[in-house]
Amino acid sequence: MFNNLPQNISTYGADIDGILYLIYAIVGFFFVTMEGYLVYAVVRYRRREGVRAVYQTGETWREMRWVVGLVAVVVFLDFLIDFRGADTWAKVKQDFPSGDVEILVKAKQFAWTFVYPGADGQFDTKDDLTVPRILHVPVHRKIRLTLTSEDVIHSFCLPEVRLKQDILPGRRTPAWFEVTRTGTFSLVCAELCGLGHTKMLGVLEVHDDSGYERWLAETAKEMFE
Amino acid sequence: MDGAAHSDSAQMPTAHFTAKLAIWWLIGSEIMIFGGLIGSFILFRLARPQWAEMAHHLSVPIGSFNTLILLTSSYTMVRAFVSSGRRDRTATCWNLLVTALLGLTFLCVKGYEYAGKFSHGYYPNAGLFWAFYFTMTGLHALHVLIGIIAILILFVFGLRDRLWPIASRVEFTGLYWHFVDVVWIFLFPLLYLTS
Amino acid sequence: MTNDPHGPQKFIWKYILSTDHKMIAKQYLLTGLVMALVGAFTAYLMRWQLGYPNTNAPGWGLVTPDKFNMLVTMHGTIMVFFVGMPLLVAALSNFVIPLQIGARDMAFPRLNMLSYWIFVLSCVALLASFFVPGGAPAGGWTGYPPLSASEQYTGVHWGMVLWITALALEFASFTMGGINYLATFMCLRVPGMTYFRVPMATWFLIGASLAFFFSVGPLIAGAVMLLLDNVAGTGFYIPAQGGEPLLWQHLFWFFGHPEVYVIFLPAVGCVLEILPVFSRKPIFGYRAIVWSMGAALALSYIVWAHHMFISGMNPRLATPFSITTILISVPFAVIIFCMLASLRQGSIRLDTPMLWGLGFLATFLIGGLTGIFLGSASADIYLHDTYFVVAHFHYTFFPSVFFGGFAGIYFWYPKLFGRRYNETLGKIHFWMTFIFFNATFWPIFRVGAGGMLRRIADPTQYRILDQFKEMNSMISVAAFILILGQVPFVWNFFWSMFRGPAADANPWRAGTLEWLAPSPPPHGNWGPGLPTVYVGPYEYSRPDMADDFVPQYRPVGVLGGPAGQA
Ligand code: HEM
Ligand SMILES: [Cu+2]
Ligand SMILES: [Cu+2]
Repeated sequence: MFNNLPQNISTYGADIDGILYLIYAIVGFFFVTMEGYLVYAVVRYRRREGVRAVYQTGETWREMRWVVGLVAVVVFLDFLIDFRGADTWAKVKQDFPSGDVEILVKAKQFAWTFVYPGADGQFDTKDDLTVPRILHVPVHRKIRLTLTSEDVIHSFCLPEVRLKQDILPGRRTPAWFEVTRTGTFSLVCAELCGLGHTKMLGVLEVHDDSGYERWLAETAKEMFE
Repeated sequence: MDGAAHSDSAQMPTAHFTAKLAIWWLIGSEIMIFGGLIGSFILFRLARPQWAEMAHHLSVPIGSFNTLILLTSSYTMVRAFVSSGRRDRTATCWNLLVTALLGLTFLCVKGYEYAGKFSHGYYPNAGLFWAFYFTMTGLHALHVLIGIIAILILFVFGLRDRLWPIASRVEFTGLYWHFVDVVWIFLFPLLYLTS
Repeated sequence: MTNDPHGPQKFIWKYILSTDHKMIAKQYLLTGLVMALVGAFTAYLMRWQLGYPNTNAPGWGLVTPDKFNMLVTMHGTIMVFFVGMPLLVAALSNFVIPLQIGARDMAFPRLNMLSYWIFVLSCVALLASFFVPGGAPAGGWTGYPPLSASEQYTGVHWGMVLWITALALEFASFTMGGINYLATFMCLRVPGMTYFRVPMATWFLIGASLAFFFSVGPLIAGAVMLLLDNVAGTGFYIPAQGGEPLLWQHLFWFFGHPEVYVIFLPAVGCVLEILPVFSRKPIFGYRAIVWSMGAALALSYIVWAHHMFISGMNPRLATPFSITTILISVPFAVIIFCMLASLRQGSIRLDTPMLWGLGFLATFLIGGLTGIFLGSASADIYLHDTYFVVAHFHYTFFPSVFFGGFAGIYFWYPKLFGRRYNETLGKIHFWMTFIFFNATFWPIFRVGAGGMLRRIADPTQYRILDQFKEMNSMISVAAFILILGQVPFVWNFFWSMFRGPAADANPWRAGTLEWLAPSPPPHGNWGPGLPTVYVGPYEYSRPDMADDFVPQYRPVGVLGGPAGQA
């Protein structure tokens, strides 16, 4: 089921995929055994002439013991999933590293705009760079995003990075990622936001360090001349 | 009558009990509705200390007066219930009438308050505090209105002496009326007294 | 009285303004099935657009993005609230609860009629939204504001207002219904029908009503606020006016999670009713199942934020909600294990109701297991709002509404109409549905894992979806056959109603009380005296009896397990 995940290009993507595979293994085991038993029971206990069903109410602990045993296994696996998942969740959504690059993301119906602080490293100054649609980032750097929306709820989604975060209007929502590979990847809106939702697409453009610097310089030049 | 057939079992609960149970379930669902609204208000209110200033525009004397009115009406409702238990028709009708009139007084005072707010430009869309104020008190007033109508219907039944076969309805209406009263007891301090 | 059970009845009193719980059940059943047609038509249009993007859908035309958003919204709303609720909650509760507990009717028959007509009104309000200026609501069935709170974002005003109105009417109707079912259940059980002798279907229907009852209130409050945002210019959910969009999500999902149980529990109840009858064995672990249902209900109120992991709420809440969510697997594991154990050493006959029941088990299991992925907050970061979710909830909703629902309909058909349906057609219907349901929704898991997002009007816009072009067309074809596969049912349902062979009172040789009444039961259900109950509901193949079942109304002693004791 998960052999067609989009390629993973982020540092934490492997953790998320790991959880997916862990759950897949656990769930797959129950799927096979339970469906298997269902089919087996239906075939094995089909009505036959002269064979009477066994009267068994399952009201005693003795009769219930294997149910209790199986449920104990379920509880154990539940907590396994929870604990493994909690670490990954904390890594992606809770413990934000200090960013090497800070970018302000502005969403509105139906377009993305990205604001870079410019040479002084400060937002809301004259040298801020405002770039439509394409999110340029350097590879192997921690990117800190601040997500904002002007109108309705949008969702900032980078499938290859395994990042998704809804953007609430009126708030500044943080997010971060670090990419391990250069190239061009998808950026989509994952929350129904109106008529043009399907076309609210962007691009994630990952440069190497020098390429990123060059792009910054060129964009600044274009903007301020 | 559909219920009549059940007389073939002595062990089963009476129709009176069944109906009372239903009223309690109804009140339970109403509690969830007002609970959702009041809970939302409290969460907003805690995050917004600046609303204290707006609560200032609400008149505590008028609110207290209205609280008193509703409390008195609950008392007369109890009197109506007690009299109906004694099968005292005159007292029941009088108490029902007074309860309904007190309820109407409450609504009139509420209307007067609303008019005052409107004249100062405080409409439901004049900010979130006013949105909550009008929604919560409006929904409550709607319940008061429904209560008044129910009570007046009982009153007319009483005048025509049709009250006795359905005396338990006085009790059920009373339960509902007390509930509406209790809701106000929550709304009043939350809205008026948090300045 | 006008609808005196003994006098001749005028058409209007018998079929329209009836207060007979069985007639009201049939009214709900028919209304639900008609709404299912509308729901299926919207599904067809969406699937056409997804399978054959930007071509004209036969019988309608081009599904443009604005239309697509309306279709998604209406499909979800209709299927959950106007198909699932009337079929599983209202029709079944009305028909089954009084008959199984030995009552002559609901506790409040006229309130019951009123509930139905308010429900009809809400259907009309919803369908009317297709025809008002601006069109149908387009905010998704979850209606997240600010999108749903103001015309400026969707271009839809009246549609939105009608949507909220329809939901409010529906909630009022089902609250009144719920009061009725609960009061009936608590007060009208015949002597001997103790709480632990109540048949499973009734227990689970009551569980559904409880789930609904204690969760819907806050959403009604929320809906009032949303309505005022739309019509009175308040800003409860609009940040620019100081409002808070997340409030709606909390209120919606505080209701929404119990709501999925409202639809799922009656289906489980039907299947639990059917398993013992067709395997001639007591249900395994009656008490364990009832208590598990209670535990699942309780848990369902503290899991709602699993729909909101990435909504922007405080991320510290995610792990606690992950834990409660995944813990829900425990009571449901108990129930499913008990169901499987009920088959063991049985004497199984695969009549149509049993096929649907087993089909429910086989498919719902997939829905339940895939829920574990979505309950894990970290896995949800990737899977949220993808087609994986779409596949997951269809694997829970569809089995509940249709596998569970059809199991119930076929099982009680003889009792409903006094005639037998056609077995062959029933089996054809089952296999068509079973095969093509899986053929439709199984690949959707893969498409979702591949990154296809839900609620998208045009898959050709996405580069990563190019690889799924063919698969999407195949899914659509399977979905069309799935819808066509319902034709045998419609034929069977109406043809057998008038032409089917007459059914006797107890065609399945089942032990619960409804099979004591004649088929169909007359107004008032029982003759002059009420039945009395002596044993539990599932006394099949008792070793001390020659006959292979003991009906609840037969005065015999109790053997073995406490299911038979008071
Ligand atoms: C005939 C079989 C069905 C088909 C082919 C079908 C197809 C679809 C499709 C194509 C979508 C839109 C997915 C998207 O774009 O996000 C959808 C959404 C949905 N469906 Fe179904 N569906 C079927 C039956 C059902 C049933 C029985 C239920 C529930 C009782 C149901 C509940 C929903 C819900 C709640 C949504 C989400 C709507 C939203 O995103 O707002 N569907 N379905
Ligand atoms: Cu969007
Ligand atoms: Cu949920």
